[in-house]
Amino acid sequence: MNANPTTRLKIRFDKLRDEGRAALVTFLTAGDPDYATSLKILKQLPTAGADVIEFGMPFTDPMADGPAIQASSQRALKAGQNMIKTLQMVRDFRAGDHDTPIVLMGYYNPIYCYGVDRFLADALEAGVDGLIVVDLPPETDDELCLPALDAGINFIRLATPTTDDKRLPAVLANTSGFVYYVSIAGITGAGAPDTEKVKVQVERIKAKTDLPIAVGFGVRTPDQAQAIAAIADGVVVGSALVNLIRDGIEVDAAADSISANVTGLVSDLAEGIRAAGSGN
Amino acid sequence: MTANAPNSYRTGPDERGLFGIYGGRFVAETLMPLILSLEEAYETAKADPEYRRELDGLLDHYVGRPSPLYFAERLTEHFGGAKIYFKRDELNHTGSHKINNCMGQILLARRMGKERIIAETGAGQHGVAVATVAARFGLPCVVYMGETDIERQKPNVFRMKLLGAEVVPVTSGSGTLKDAMNEALRDWVTNVESTFYIIGTVAGPHPYPAMVRDFQSVIGNETREQMMRAEGRLPDSLVACIGGGSNAMGLFHPFLDDKDVEIIGVEAGGLGVDTPDHAASLNGGRPGVLHGNRTYLLQDDDGQIIEGHSISAGLDYPGIGPEHSWLRDSGRVTYVSATDSEALDAFQLCTKLEGIIPALEPSHALAYVSKIAPDRPGDHLMVMNMCGRGDKDVFAVAGHLGVEMSE
Repeated sequence: MNANPTTRLKIRFDKLRDEGRAALVTFLTAGDPDYATSLKILKQLPTAGADVIEFGMPFTDPMADGPAIQASSQRALKAGQNMIKTLQMVRDFRAGDHDTPIVLMGYYNPIYCYGVDRFLADALEAGVDGLIVVDLPPETDDELCLPALDAGINFIRLATPTTDDKRLPAVLANTSGFVYYVSIAGITGAGAPDTEKVKVQVERIKAKTDLPIAVGFGVRTPDQAQAIAAIADGVVVGSALVNLIRDGIEVDAAADSISANVTGLVSDLAEGIRAAGSGN
Repeated sequence: MTANAPNSYRTGPDERGLFGIYGGRFVAETLMPLILSLEEAYETAKADPEYRRELDGLLDHYVGRPSPLYFAERLTEHFGGAKIYFKRDELNHTGSHKINNCMGQILLARRMGKERIIAETGAGQHGVAVATVAARFGLPCVVYMGETDIERQKPNVFRMKLLGAEVVPVTSGSGTLKDAMNEALRDWVTNVESTFYIIGTVAGPHPYPAMVRDFQSVIGNETREQMMRAEGRLPDSLVACIGGGSNAMGLFHPFLDDKDVEIIGVEAGGLGVDTPDHAASLNGGRPGVLHGNRTYLLQDDDGQIIEGHSISAGLDYPGIGPEHSWLRDSGRVTYVSATDSEALDAFQLCTKLEGIIPALEPSHALAYVSKIAPDRPGDHLMVMNMCGRGDKDVFAVAGHLGVEMSE
């Protein structure tokens, strides 16, 4: 057991706070549309302006995700992606980037199947900083959350509009790295969040924790990113990026062109966030 | 894996919703508060005599309970061994056991003030039962159904529409029951405040496995009384088919602590459990986490879910209720399988000898009965759950038998 948690997430969020701006958190599914293209995009994300990388572990049955992210999982699986390859991509990325935090996001079964201890050891060695596992609420903390904390990997919890004041302390209890606020009750890629409502919720959570709050679900455009960046410590964008990969596949675009489209949107989103200035 | 035998097999789940290591509440945070309030509402309703009275009244006068326990005399003669009884849940309103559970859940939805009902369905029997109770209580109803299943269960699709339900074809994933369940969960996550999700089997996050089991236990409770009246003693063996496992759990649960009663669950063996094309989670899968619970699942080495195959659209779910997983590991219940062709043979045999057209689901149970009944003595009392009638399967069976019919 390692008592010292990795601190890339903390260092990154602290640095951005000092700079007075929110983090751009980008989501892509590992291996979408194929291993080589996915790795190419991954390596370009920090230069394009991503501050934190969420990397999806593909799963056949992503129940909390919308059609865009489910389709990305299916593309990746069809191309032969699996947990070993996902961890290898993180390792390859980490060889060239020592600072950008990587958070693996997904569902519990592929991790359970891989073996929790083996997974945590391999993830730590590969350079993973945090985990978001959608179907592990606080009631199941002994499954993965507590072992991850022991291993030195942050466990990032989702808080949602249905997380009332009674539940919030339980949700925050073992959360580390940051808190992911799900801006709408619904699936990823659904309608745009109402900024005013999100603001109230972010403030409600901030009153109970010192951790940074990133907001996601439904953020697509630089303008939306700018609006959310003004009220939170991080903005998560996923479906909009993943859809660019789908669009590229549909017209048989070359890997370079798909990659350029994705990093292009990341740059625009980063610009939107910088325009918002401080979230505090 | 055989655990030490517990004092009772009927006390689960624990307060975390676990049967041994199985079950639990593996859901997104958005759903957690709702699942906790559902559990609370169910516990309150269970203790309320008024709820029980209303449910019993509807089961008697609307569903048509109790269902008969029927001595299948000609099949008994044919097999020349055990004395075979059918628990006739196919005679329920809507043609299967599914309505026992739907009635319990819709009364709960009303108590909770929910205004909208959603459900998933595979063969359509659960969808029809949900659409029926939604019509009866005037609640709007959306049923998610895989497009593959819509194609092979057309009569049930039309029936649901007649009942006023909206049937939403599910094209995501592989377009079958598991994907329909994913879509229903997505709907629920999006409409948490207004919507009640009627899960059709003893799976999903706690409290569903226990709640659905409780509603279906009417099957086993009646069987106990009816067998005592008919034979003056308990049955020697129980046989039921298993997809998610709700009809089986309903028959089995009241007998779990009667250690002399042999209990057998029959999974869908498809083309054979030694081939990739089956839906036998307990015989051909391993433990994993899907749809809110830990249970045996059909999955590959990477933990990706594999599509089940069965001639019966009601059995091809890649998971199984968590209590069955626990009963398997503890050794209390024996889980076997029957193939597509064995079920098809049993379907025809039952129709010809008993004048009862069984659904393809209980045809699997009967297929296994046909294997073991001949070797049991004449005083061996065997109860098989006839959990659904076969009207819905007539077209599909015709296809398998090479008979052309216009629909």
